[in-house]
Amino acid sequence: MNPLRPLGAAFLNFLEAAGRLTLFALNGLSHCFRPPFYPRLIGRQMIDIGYYSLPVVGLTTLFAGMVLALQSYTGFARFSAEGAIPNVVVLSLTRELGPVLAGLMIAGRIGAAMAAEIGTMRVTEQIDALETLSTNPFKYLVAPRLIAGTTMMPLLVLIGDVIGVFGGYLVSVYKLGFNQITYIQNTWNFLEFQDVFSGLVKAAVFGLLVALMGCYHGYNSRGGAQGVGTATTNAVVSASILILIANYMITELFFAQ
Amino acid sequence: MTRTATAPVQASPKIAMRNVKKAFGSKVVLDGFDLDVMPGESVVIIGGSGTGKSVSLKCILGLLNPDSGEIDIDGQPILGLSKQDRDAVNAKIGMLFQNAALFDSISVWENVAFTLVQGEGMARSKARDIAMEKLGQVGLSAEIGERNPAQLSGGMRKRVGLARAIAGDPDIIFFDEPTTGLDPIMGHIIDKLIVKCVREVGATALTITHDMASARRIADRVTMLYKGKNIWTDRIEKLDSSGNPYVHQFVNGLAEGPIDLPILKN
Repeated sequence: MNPLRPLGAAFLNFLEAAGRLTLFALNGLSHCFRPPFYPRLIGRQMIDIGYYSLPVVGLTTLFAGMVLALQSYTGFARFSAEGAIPNVVVLSLTRELGPVLAGLMIAGRIGAAMAAEIGTMRVTEQIDALETLSTNPFKYLVAPRLIAGTTMMPLLVLIGDVIGVFGGYLVSVYKLGFNQITYIQNTWNFLEFQDVFSGLVKAAVFGLLVALMGCYHGYNSRGGAQGVGTATTNAVVSASILILIANYMITELFFAQ
Repeated sequence: MTRTATAPVQASPKIAMRNVKKAFGSKVVLDGFDLDVMPGESVVIIGGSGTGKSVSLKCILGLLNPDSGEIDIDGQPILGLSKQDRDAVNAKIGMLFQNAALFDSISVWENVAFTLVQGEGMARSKARDIAMEKLGQVGLSAEIGERNPAQLSGGMRKRVGLARAIAGDPDIIFFDEPTTGLDPIMGHIIDKLIVKCVREVGATALTITHDMASARRIADRVTMLYKGKNIWTDRIEKLDSSGNPYVHQFVNGLAEGPIDLPILKN
């Protein structure tokens, strides 16, 4: 057998999957802008993604901010650059760690739940039932999740940024002996609009990716409980990888000279 | 069921399937399936598991696209319709799924009122009243209507599924193995409900089942599906005198006979 064959087959499979996913995404997105809309469903997803994820995202960013302050202190103290800690904390959080950590946590929490719920609906014929009841599953299931994911993630990340900076402040002030006012001043003075804005753009993209992966893998799941399990795993793994790839690309877009 | 008098003899068929073929990869499931269902008639498709019974229903509903053939509803070809026209056709059809396929994220009455609220944009309070009335028709109380589908027993779920199927006053109702998973008594009760509801709504019914007791109670006419084709179609009274060895074996559940079961070859 030609040794290149499996390689070609894998590549073709990849292209096929990419095409399917693109069509799915376009279909789902187009329904976000075409009536009828389902405000109740959108609202429920928003509460689920935005409100109930707050503890997870808050804790994650709090400890990220704390460890950043501690770790950069041990490094920076070697060449007396402790003064840069507030800047390091706030820039790392708003630009990178806030959106990426929140995105990964949301991928685990929300992406998995979406894939499991929609996947179960698929294998128990509930999606077929939707179609026979003249309701488009893309409108009813996919669009509300895409809308909620894209709009709630920036809010979550914004709150996460504040909590993370507070974590850095706690460690710096109460453990490392920083002056409270100087710390906050330094944080504020070096922060630019673009730092926060780029983080929020990332958050919106990550939210969309998580919701899209959850819906896509759930919608296409096959074959009972095992199929739903596979769909859930795939949703989380693919969302996490896409988040890291998209993170690099958006950073390149905003900050590359 | 004795609804022969109400079924017009000369009318054109409500549902017509002509030479419908469907294959999944190399596995041919429907291989030239033909079926006429007259208005107001109740037709039952019988056949073993995996003979393509569900596939035939899914082709009519547009959940699957046949590879070739023709399907008409009310004389109108429905294959290749736009999404919008397809929805208009589906609005005439109600379906009771095998495991009821209730939406478990909403309450029982919201399930029943689903088409009314989502499809027709009816106010929730009015839709709720209609849903409760439909639940009453299938013998469920208003208290059940407030519950979550996950809290219901199998028989209750079937009833709710039936109430949802008839809620939009459909012209056509499909039943996918309505008695599967129920005890014989509950199966009998569901059959009686089906007959009653179909008659009240005045609908045309198409049922797939392998429960012969159920088929005898529901059907005006029976067609047997074997290897993707209908090998026998006649009135239900002729079921025991079909003279067809395949039908004879199936109806009587005989292990020996012409039906080719892959499992027996081993």
